[in-house]
Amino acid sequence: MGRVSVDKVTLRFVSARVGTVVALENLSLEVPDKQFAVIVGPSGCGKSSLLYLIAGLNQVSGGQCSLDGTPVSGPGADRGMVFQSYSLFPWLTVQKNVEFGLSLRGMDAQERNERARHYISAVGLNGFEDAYSNQLSGGMQQRVAIARSLANDPEVLLMDEPFGALDSQTRSIMQELLVSIWEKEQKTVLFVTHDIDEALFLGDVVYVMSARPGAIIDRVEVALDRPRHYDVVTSQHFIDMKKGIMANLHHEVQRSMTMN
Amino acid sequence: MNQLFIPKKPISRKLEVGAGVIVSGAVLAAWCLLTYGGVVQSNFLPRPDEVLRAFGVVLADGSLLKHTGVSLTEIYLGFFLSSIIAVPLGLFMGSFRIVAAAVEPLVNFMRYLPVTALIPLLILWIGIGIEEKIAVIFLGTFFQQIVLCADVSGQVSDDLYNVSYTLGANQRQVITRVMLPATLPGVFDTLRVTMGWAWTFLVVAELVAASSGLGYMILQAMRGLHPATIFVGIFTIGFLGLMTDLAFKWAKRMLLPWTATP
Repeated sequence: MGRVSVDKVTLRFVSARVGTVVALENLSLEVPDKQFAVIVGPSGCGKSSLLYLIAGLNQVSGGQCSLDGTPVSGPGADRGMVFQSYSLFPWLTVQKNVEFGLSLRGMDAQERNERARHYISAVGLNGFEDAYSNQLSGGMQQRVAIARSLANDPEVLLMDEPFGALDSQTRSIMQELLVSIWEKEQKTVLFVTHDIDEALFLGDVVYVMSARPGAIIDRVEVALDRPRHYDVVTSQHFIDMKKGIMANLHHEVQRSMTMN
Repeated sequence: MNQLFIPKKPISRKLEVGAGVIVSGAVLAAWCLLTYGGVVQSNFLPRPDEVLRAFGVVLADGSLLKHTGVSLTEIYLGFFLSSIIAVPLGLFMGSFRIVAAAVEPLVNFMRYLPVTALIPLLILWIGIGIEEKIAVIFLGTFFQQIVLCADVSGQVSDDLYNVSYTLGANQRQVITRVMLPATLPGVFDTLRVTMGWAWTFLVVAELVAASSGLGYMILQAMRGLHPATIFVGIFTIGFLGLMTDLAFKWAKRMLLPWTATP
């Protein structure tokens, strides 16, 4: 199972320059098991902070995050995360990077090896098992990071703008790859982005966040058939949804710019 | 010509070797010119053949090997003792605020204190034997290594720690399986750099007061007016330093293959 609940979460932090900042205020959302949920919002709205809270890498100031009813009290392997910086371990080969979580748990070498190979092949990196990360392109590194998370079999996959640093061609290939893997794996995914096209192309549901303090201002059900192919972005339905989100976001981006 | 002064632009292998040979050759040629040309007296600047002969003498009577052995023992012992404490302490100082808070004031005071200023005190306390040299090298490298290693571990990206937590790592595993391997290349560079400094401290300590070692050999040669032997001592130190540096580079390539540029 992988049901994520975010219940009236508030996040405050104290900055030396501007005093107390309310990053998230009274934010609630519910992601059912096996749903692909996307959070889209202007930069600085606290969407990444929300993922860090669910991952347990940071602590809420108020409210609660929980996974299948169990409150989050710290990080754990049940909530895998993919970061914008590819964050591969440079001293490990692709194979060993993907095995990392499994070896932490003490899985035996044979099983670990097979599992890692399966996911390396799922992300299309056969033949790169023995490469180090500095020999790979950004897109390849991020594929390894995705394989590493999936191999660990988390209940939820948290993705923090994972394709944000990639060029646009690579990004759309990665989106298609992620969708096709997700259609097979059927995991709960919480994906953060500022790219509306990406949000609609990937998600079952898209949450739109306001500028700081971050709160959910809209929830869009994406009624597009799966499997999805990239030409879906040109369909009328897609464009209509995009217009709706853009109108909302445009206002928030303006607000966030006058704020800073 | 313009091509050569574009920043970071690679040059051909031939040019690379050639430039090194030409400059080294020019220095050697200038030496020969000054000595064989009679510009400088040989009891001031010895001729190359005199240096070679002096090398033969100290090699034959075993004194060069003895002094080299003493110096190497001193430097490796002092360096080793310093490293096994300073490296972990420095790594922890760079990553754990509590360790930094505890040791940083003392470390920052000590590291601006030139170790040479401590030599008289160390002679008073320990004498002029090998123990004093080890103490000088230890004190000279220890605080520098701490600061450099703290810097190395402070630069490990948060994302590497975060990703390992979300892959299920506990606190101990984060240290052993992320912090240590992530800092290895930087630690290696720190050791290589501080090893170079250790040679300086050693020779200074041996020049001040010693009964053996390469610095002592140089000092004795000065007293006996044997400039050629001074040169043998200097070349030996240079050669040993070069060999140590090459050994570090080689070991890094062997032990840390991922640091090689692709």
